[in-house]
Amino acid sequence: MLRLEPRASHSVLAAWLSPLVALVMTVITGTVIFIAMGKDPAATLYIYFLQPLVSASGLSEVAVKAGPLVLIATGLSFGFRAGVWNIGAEGQYILGAIVGGGLAVFFHDSTNALLLPSMLALGIVGGMIWAAIPALLKTRFNANEILVSLMLVYIAELLLVYLVHGPWRNPQGWGFPGTRTFPDAAVLPVFFAQHRLHWGLILALATPFLAWFLVAKTRFGFRVRLFGSAPLAARHAGVRSTRMIWMTLLIGGGLAGLAGVIEASGTIGQLMPNISPGYGFTAIIVAFLGRLHPLGILLAGVVIAVTYIGGENAQIVAGLPKAVTGLFQGVILFYLLAFDLVTRYRLVFRRERGPEHA
Amino acid sequence: MLDLIIPSMMTMMTAATPLIFAATGELVCEKSGVLNLGVEGMMLVGAVFGFIGATVTGDAYVGFLIGGFSGIMASLIFAVLTLLLVSNQVATGLALTIFGTGLSALVGADYVGETIDRIRPLYVPNAADGPNVIQLFLGHDPVVYLGVLVLLACAGFLSRSRWGMILRAVGDSDVSAHAIGYPVIRIRFAAVAFGGLMAGLGGAYLSLAYTPLWAENMSAGRGWIALALVVFASWRPIRVLFGAVLFGGITIVQLNAQAIGLGIPGAVMSMLPYLATIVVLVLISSNATRIRLNAPACLAQPFRPER
Amino acid sequence: MKILHRVAVALFATLLSFGVSTSASADKTKVGFIYIGPPGDHGWTYAHDQARLEIEKELGDQVQTTFVEGVPEGPDAERAIAKLAQTGHKLIFTTSFGYMEPTLKAAKRFPDVKFEHATGYKRADNVATYSARFYEGRYVQGVIAGKVSKSGVIGYIASFPIPEVVRGINAFMLGAHTQNPNIKVKVVWVFSWYDPGKEADAAKVLMDQGADIITQHTDSTAALQAAADRGIHAFGQASDMIQFAPKTQLTAIIDAWGPYYVARTKALLDGSWKSQDTWDGMGAGMVVMAPFTNMPSDVAALAQKTYDDLRTGKLHAFSGPINDQSGKQVVAAGAVADDGMLAGMNFYIEGIDGELPK
Repeated sequence: MLRLEPRASHSVLAAWLSPLVALVMTVITGTVIFIAMGKDPAATLYIYFLQPLVSASGLSEVAVKAGPLVLIATGLSFGFRAGVWNIGAEGQYILGAIVGGGLAVFFHDSTNALLLPSMLALGIVGGMIWAAIPALLKTRFNANEILVSLMLVYIAELLLVYLVHGPWRNPQGWGFPGTRTFPDAAVLPVFFAQHRLHWGLILALATPFLAWFLVAKTRFGFRVRLFGSAPLAARHAGVRSTRMIWMTLLIGGGLAGLAGVIEASGTIGQLMPNISPGYGFTAIIVAFLGRLHPLGILLAGVVIAVTYIGGENAQIVAGLPKAVTGLFQGVILFYLLAFDLVTRYRLVFRRERGPEHA
Repeated sequence: MLDLIIPSMMTMMTAATPLIFAATGELVCEKSGVLNLGVEGMMLVGAVFGFIGATVTGDAYVGFLIGGFSGIMASLIFAVLTLLLVSNQVATGLALTIFGTGLSALVGADYVGETIDRIRPLYVPNAADGPNVIQLFLGHDPVVYLGVLVLLACAGFLSRSRWGMILRAVGDSDVSAHAIGYPVIRIRFAAVAFGGLMAGLGGAYLSLAYTPLWAENMSAGRGWIALALVVFASWRPIRVLFGAVLFGGITIVQLNAQAIGLGIPGAVMSMLPYLATIVVLVLISSNATRIRLNAPACLAQPFRPER
Repeated sequence: MKILHRVAVALFATLLSFGVSTSASADKTKVGFIYIGPPGDHGWTYAHDQARLEIEKELGDQVQTTFVEGVPEGPDAERAIAKLAQTGHKLIFTTSFGYMEPTLKAAKRFPDVKFEHATGYKRADNVATYSARFYEGRYVQGVIAGKVSKSGVIGYIASFPIPEVVRGINAFMLGAHTQNPNIKVKVVWVFSWYDPGKEADAAKVLMDQGADIITQHTDSTAALQAAADRGIHAFGQASDMIQFAPKTQLTAIIDAWGPYYVARTKALLDGSWKSQDTWDGMGAGMVVMAPFTNMPSDVAALAQKTYDDLRTGKLHAFSGPINDQSGKQVVAAGAVADDGMLAGMNFYIEGIDGELPK
């Protein structure tokens, strides 16, 4: 009978093998789906997975899409390592966009060079404020942070809706929801005129490396890891859980908020009702796919971004319906999550033991 | 005044029913220690397959059952991944919602714009006589009563039956439950499947009775509200009933207030249910004894029996 | 088992039926469309897709069309628009207000491609805007409702408090007043364009409060079906919805984008395309009424006459004297409202109870 046994030591081979197996399974499933829809599977798979990566414009778009995912997921990974389950990054992202973007709304004719850095800083603060609520309620009242942070997502969404329909609505906008467009001084500049790739990329690229340094090389990183894997030992070593909860939530919230203001400034250029296509939630998946390792997250963010963009390309070039994208993305995620198992357990064939052991 | 109150209460009950189904299922699932964030996805799967089933067979009740069955199927994906393959419950639940949204949109694309013979109320008073009190008790469709019955049955099951106690024990301490000899994984499998069944039925109610049509994303966040509701109810089935009427009803009250001309409640009013949930959560959590009584201690924690 | 078998067959057929695709051909001019919803919504997107099919029918030998569905208004929109431009589409219709900024940004990056943005107000050399005078249709509906309603209460399901919607409510009221000066219009705002559940709830609530005719400025068929359940009358939205409620629909405003789309595509082909702002109504055939059904023949005749008078220009929906809610005259007797006032309309006219949400 087939059984799973935990691995005694970390297997490098398995760590590399599992995403590969997942990829192979995805290709097989994709082939079945595409044949069933009357498409050439090879061509469609190419459009899906490779086309976004072979042109400058494709790469630029992958980077634009992956940027916020990587930023948020990196922030979340601290909490997830420490066993603090912040799933409200979507709300912290929105708050970051509101607080940071709000500055551009108020100074809509500013040309001050300090505007943009101030916005980014305020975006971080906004995300932190929103993450501080679950931190406070968790440490003071023992309220479950999963649920508090999730509820705060809806409140943040409604707050944004209220602002862009009400007090912050563009007075020249004929009553349509949305703020004024940001002044040039509040917009992250692009690298190339013909592509959307903007300076936010630098932050999105640098953050995982910083995070990696923090986790691997500092006392704080050690404490986070210890707290997550052995809370009792951590307490003996002097790690205070209150402080750990606060720190990890604030890091997660701050980076989500930064992603929010970067997105508002870099790719949208105003505040409007839909500033996030679910980045905060998708980032949770990215964090796990990257095994909570900053560099893994960078890779996972790119993979997820490719599936989004590939799906859109498949609509345009191959005429696949949008629904296939979502379905296919779900399938990929399932495979990746399922085969992740191989890194932690190994399959063993063994005869069923007698009932006396049950 | 009665002319307005009775139909409003009827509408509130209809709005509450999909929430009652989904939240009851999730409650049982969470009581066993499993947090499934895929409720929204399972509801959509239930809604679309329920609708297709009703279109193909011509019978909305058959469709309703198919919806429930498809909910089980969707939940089993989650169960296999999280319980057998020990993947992270939060991430897998979110993936299930993405998957369910895509799958339902795909298979449902040809059924957008189809009409069906919906699930109908048991008793409709003569229009000329206006609403009456009998209607309040007998005027719903059968699924509304089914929802309340299942909810009450779950309350009884969890608090009084042997298996209910075992299920709670599994959710409170998987390790000790396993040590005593209870099949932790199998019990959780059953609980997740029950959650899928109920989410599927709740979704099917949307497409077969609430608004008899299929549209992409038609659950419009009700799965997430169901998740909030379980916490709001502090894992007590009876409170789910009140919570569902409150959560479902707040929209109806708000729309009624608008139509009467009491002004337009903006986004602030819409935030109230979520704020209320946080407040309730804080109240029940700050009292350590109370939280221990209700909240499953092992929620969302992975478990593998190390034999 | 038999039932399951039939379901399985149906599912398989569904999967197979997705074989539709754009037939690629090198020498054809490509025209692209960005949709906010699914083409099968029987509302806003459906109407645009019907118009796309009209292009294929009329100019199919020279033109090939592509659409991207369900593109969220937000950071993803610009990418989808740009992707169409990159893949050789020479004319791109972006069919929702929220695509305004993304369309302008993409237009800047692709100066050789022509863009058509629906319902917006910002233009560029290669960006034209277009919209339809749907309020003319609302006026006709008002006339019918004023004549048919027995309770004298009309339920109006509104989406967002933007000029387009407010204009519709006012036009409806003006039409209804011509038949019944005491008529009441109860407006309920659902703050969504498409949420079948909430639309049905709103319809039920309005009927509970005595409305015997329901009209909507939201896109799903749910409200119409809710009205059908209670045996009262209602109006269809964006397309002829008679199949959903054969005994309920009085008429529907049909968004007839087809002639405009065909004309603009022809202009592109012969090189005469220029950026412009188009706001056409019944006269140009952009707003069409569905057959007048489920009403006595005298009402149908009255509706037809109103329709004809609006079409020929004999009648303007906003003919003075018109007062606002405070009783202040906004359009003098003998005059008609100018387009500036109509485009920015943000007040209720006299006779409508309640306040406009801010």
